[in-house]
Parts: sequence; C-alpha cells; structure tokens
Amino acid sequence: MTASLALDGLSVGFPTGALGDPRIVSAVDGVSFTVASGEIFGLVGESGCGKSTLANAIMGLLPTSTIITGSARVHDAEVIGLSDAALRQMRGNTAAMVFQDASTSLDPTWPVGDQIAETIRAHQSVTRSEAKEKALALMTEVGLTDPSERYGDAPHRLSGGMRQRIVIAAALANNPKLLIADEPTTALDVTLQAQILQLIDRLRVAHNTAVLLITHDLGVIAQVCDRVGVMYAGQLVEVAPVAELFANPRHPYTRALLAARPGAQSGAERLAVIPGQVPDLSEEIAGCRFASRCPRRIDACAVTPARVSLGDSEVACWNLPTGGTE
Amino acid sequence: MNGLAFVLRRTLLTIPVLWVMSIIVFLIIRLVPGDPVRTMLGFRATAANVAEVRRQLHLDEPLLQQYLDWAGGLLHGDLGQDLVSKAPLAELLAQRLPVTFELTGLAMLLAIAVGVPLGVRAATGGRWVKRLTSGFVVAGISIPDFWLGIMLVLVFAGTLTLLPPSGYVPFGDDPMQNLSYMVLPVLTLATAEAAYILRTTRSAMESVLQRPFVTFLRAKGISRRRITYGHALKNSAPTIVTVIGIQIGVLLGGAVIVETLFALPGVGRLIVTAVNQRNYPTVQAGVLAIAATFIIVSLITDLFIGWLDPRISDGASR
Repeated sequence: MTASLALDGLSVGFPTGALGDPRIVSAVDGVSFTVASGEIFGLVGESGCGKSTLANAIMGLLPTSTIITGSARVHDAEVIGLSDAALRQMRGNTAAMVFQDASTSLDPTWPVGDQIAETIRAHQSVTRSEAKEKALALMTEVGLTDPSERYGDAPHRLSGGMRQRIVIAAALANNPKLLIADEPTTALDVTLQAQILQLIDRLRVAHNTAVLLITHDLGVIAQVCDRVGVMYAGQLVEVAPVAELFANPRHPYTRALLAARPGAQSGAERLAVIPGQVPDLSEEIAGCRFASRCPRRIDACAVTPARVSLGDSEVACWNLPTGGTE
Repeated sequence: MNGLAFVLRRTLLTIPVLWVMSIIVFLIIRLVPGDPVRTMLGFRATAANVAEVRRQLHLDEPLLQQYLDWAGGLLHGDLGQDLVSKAPLAELLAQRLPVTFELTGLAMLLAIAVGVPLGVRAATGGRWVKRLTSGFVVAGISIPDFWLGIMLVLVFAGTLTLLPPSGYVPFGDDPMQNLSYMVLPVLTLATAEAAYILRTTRSAMESVLQRPFVTFLRAKGISRRRITYGHALKNSAPTIVTVIGIQIGVLLGGAVIVETLFALPGVGRLIVTAVNQRNYPTVQAGVLAIAATFIIVSLITDLFIGWLDPRISDGASR
C-alpha cells in the first residue's frame, strides 16, 4: 500500500510576543505518521493540542508568517513550502478538507449545487453543464434526495445534516487521495453524527480515499477509525490500531485520557481528571511535554522521548508502564 | 414564491411611508412659528391684504380640510401653483427634477466606480494600497463640499480654463455641453461619496474574508481572485448597497448646496430660491419630490438586497 499522507517531523510555530520579546508558540512539534490509501486514521487530543493546526499546515491554510518545518507528503508529493499556485492545484484536488461547522463552511449567498460545481470547474476542464451534472451525481451519492430540487437552494434552506453532506460532496468532487475531516460531526446531533460518519466511511471505501479524521471524541474514533494517533500539547505521544489503543493503552497520557471518559470507572461519582494544566507552548519545553503532569515522570523525561514499537503500537515514552491500566 | 411575497410586502410597505411623509411635509410648513402669510407679505401688509392672501391659499380653512385638498390634488398630479410665477408646480418640477437626478445620479455612479474597486483593493492589497486608500478616505470625508466646489472652480475654470465655472445646458440640446457643465458639480458631490463607499466596501470585505466559508473555499482550491470577486464581494454587496441607498439621500441634500454653487437649475436651487421668497407651496412641492425620490430609492435598494442575499427575502436571520 502506498501512503496517501506521510508526515515526517512536522513542526509548526506561530511567531508571537511583543516587540523585543519575540516568542514562538510551538503548536505542533515533530509529528510523524502515515495514512495508507483507503485507511481512516483518527487524530485525537484535547482542544488546543495542535490537531487542527496540523491539518491546516498540510493544506497550506496557515498564515504566511507561520514557521513550518519537516515534511508532509500527499500521495508522494511534498506539500510543505509549495507556491500559492501549486497549493491551489493541490487543494480540493489531491487533498481536500471539511470543517467542523457546515453552516459556516458554505457561502450563504450561493446556491449549494453551484458550490460543488465550482470546485469541479476549479480543477477539471469541463463545461458549466457538465459540472452541474457531476455535482448532481455527487449530491445523489452523498444521500441527498431530490438533488435537482435542492441544487438551486441557498444553504439556509437546508438542514445542518444536509449542509454537511453538501460540504462533503464539494470536498470529494475531484476524487482526492486524501480527505482531512476536522471535527466533521461536532456541530451535529448524535443521530446525524452517526449518519455522517457512515457516509464518510462509505465514500472512503468507494473511492479508496485516505481519511485523516480529527476529533476530540473517542467514541467517534472507536466507531470508524482503523488506527489512531494521540496528540498532547503538539506532540504525537502514541499511534496504535483502534482496538489495541482501547484495550491496551501504553502512554501515560492515553491512559489518563481513557480513564477520563464518562463511564470509564463504574460507580465513580465524579469524572476522573488529569491533574495539572497543559503547558504554555510559548515557553521552551525540553523533553516530553506531558512530563509535568505525568505520574510516571523520571529524570530521562527532560529529553524528548524516542518512539518505540510495542506490538502494533508506537509510543513515545521513557518509562512505559507494563501491565493493565493504572 | 417566497421572493414574490417579499417584493409585494416591501412594495406595499412604501404606501404608508409615503402617506406619513406627505403629512410631515404638510405640517412642517404650517408648524413653523409665526404666520406664513405675514412672513410672506412683510410687516407693511394691511390686515385686508393678509386676509385676502390667506383666502387665496385656503389657509383660512381647517387644517384637515387643507390637507385633504392638497393630498387630493397630489393624487391627481396637481401640486398647486408657484406663488411668484403662477406656473403649475407639477410642470416646474418636471423641468427641475431631471437636472437634480442627472447630478446626483452621475455623482453616485462615479463614487461607486471609484469607491467599490478601491475598497476591494484596500481590503486585499498590500500595505501601500491600504495607506493610500486610508489617506483618500480621511481627506474625502473631511473636506466640505462647498469648499471643494470653490477650489475646483478656481483650478479648472479659473486657472486652467478647461471647464465652465457654472451654468447649464439641457442634455437634449447639446449632450457634450451638458456634460462639460456637469463635470465640476459631479466631482464636488462625488468625492466625499467615493470615500464613504470605499470605507464601507473595505470594512465589509475585511469582515467577510475572515468568515469560515472563505477558508473552505481556499481548501477547495478556488483562486484568490474568484474568492475576492465571486464570493467576498457578493457577500459584502448587501452592506454596500444599503449604504449607497442611504447616501443617495445625503447626495440629494448635498445637491441643494452644489446646485446653488454652480447655478444648476435643479430642485435644490428651486427650494433655496423658494425659501428666500417665502414661496411655500413650491418649498412644499420640492421637499415632497425629494422625499418621495428617497423613499422610492430605498424601495429599490431593499428589493435589490433581497435579490443579492436570499436569506433576507426568505425572512431568515442573517
């Protein structure tokens, strides 16, 4: 299997701070993983851990002042440092992205069908009517009933679930190798969440698209993903197959995260929390970023841990617990 | 379906607005302190003179009767007579309104042609574009139009003698002459307007370009040019058109000054002259014509906005 997405030591820094005291917020720090074509890779972590920044870096959507180092290859082509024109060619064509809130992702003044057709015409030399036909076919494929009726509707006439289907249709219009879905179901209610996840899963199989699914919802991960990456404060701490991650979490942060799920400890009256706070990413942090909150901290943690393979999992920790969940 | 209902509702709404406006115009003249007839005739008029004029103008009748007579005449296109020339006011306005419409129309077109493209560039361009346009906005809004008009006359009519300083030739008689008389008044009126429209366009574009759908458009690989003109400008248009609609009212007000300054025979100058002569039926008719024009412009503006943004014609929240 060829990798549809291969990240190697990807780091993202945002210049910040006052004049004379320039700082760099290190939002993503040395992240490496691959997503095979046709695979759904889940990226999980709490808000602000850098998962969306990572996605935007791959798509070249970050401000030009952002400092990006390392490599990101989409379908074997490097995408970091591409020119504006080359980025435009790549976006929506080999790599596509859908965002959290479909109601704000669509231009409110444009008919929804035209917003799909526009994406087709941006990358394929087809006539207006051919693009419209393809858009109608896509609308059928994402499960919209009566596409020709819906085509000319403005977004506000559609329900939230239908809007997200339109967004997905627009993203997949040019058969991308990679689909990045950034919290695609967070703004939807639970029944719609399941439908949209099933839709993404179905389209992935049909088009052999690799999916990078970003979420903070472990339930979503469990439902559809093949493999999972766990991020904490900009670092990838663990990568594992889904079943393995839930059955046998290795990294202390992953264990704490799983233990903090509602219902993780039966009979407990209060939800488990991870003591301490996420470190300030504008400060230079040596070594493992979870160390300050980690119950298993040792002296070696002052050095960035190397990733080691344990069975099917890869974990970045110097002091891995053995045995069951603590 | 929905769109037609919106057009009907908005158009019908104009009728009560026009009606209330006619009452206000009618009352304003009559509520001015002092007796209009005495003011008109001066302090040397005899009581008999005053009574005679009052009877002629039907000012001796009850207010309601006066209003009904006047409004009834309006509905038949009869606006009354000019006190000085005795000419029918409907005829007088038919001569004067086209001049005012040409002046404000050309000024607005010029202001849009300058303000909108520069506003778009100001929102998307580099630092120098932003600085230059900000400078133009500050200057354009700060300079009073009567001063600008005098300066333009001094430079283009006085020093360079390129254009006539004042006067008017009807468009039908000689289009080129007509336009050459219009250049300076239009420039005077359009400068501040262009600055307002530029500023409105810039801020509307800046806020639209930060909305999430622009990120999604970029993620779909849509070109920057298309995002700017096809999406961001279209989303900014309702704001810009609203401001243009309101500013047409401001321009009609500004026309009073500019027409006087450049001796253009428009409604603005008609009102100024009539005020000086205490010729109040003419003042009343002129103000009525300007106000009605503004109400109709507002109607057109709102219908246009409803067409631009389907959420408005659907009655949905934006």
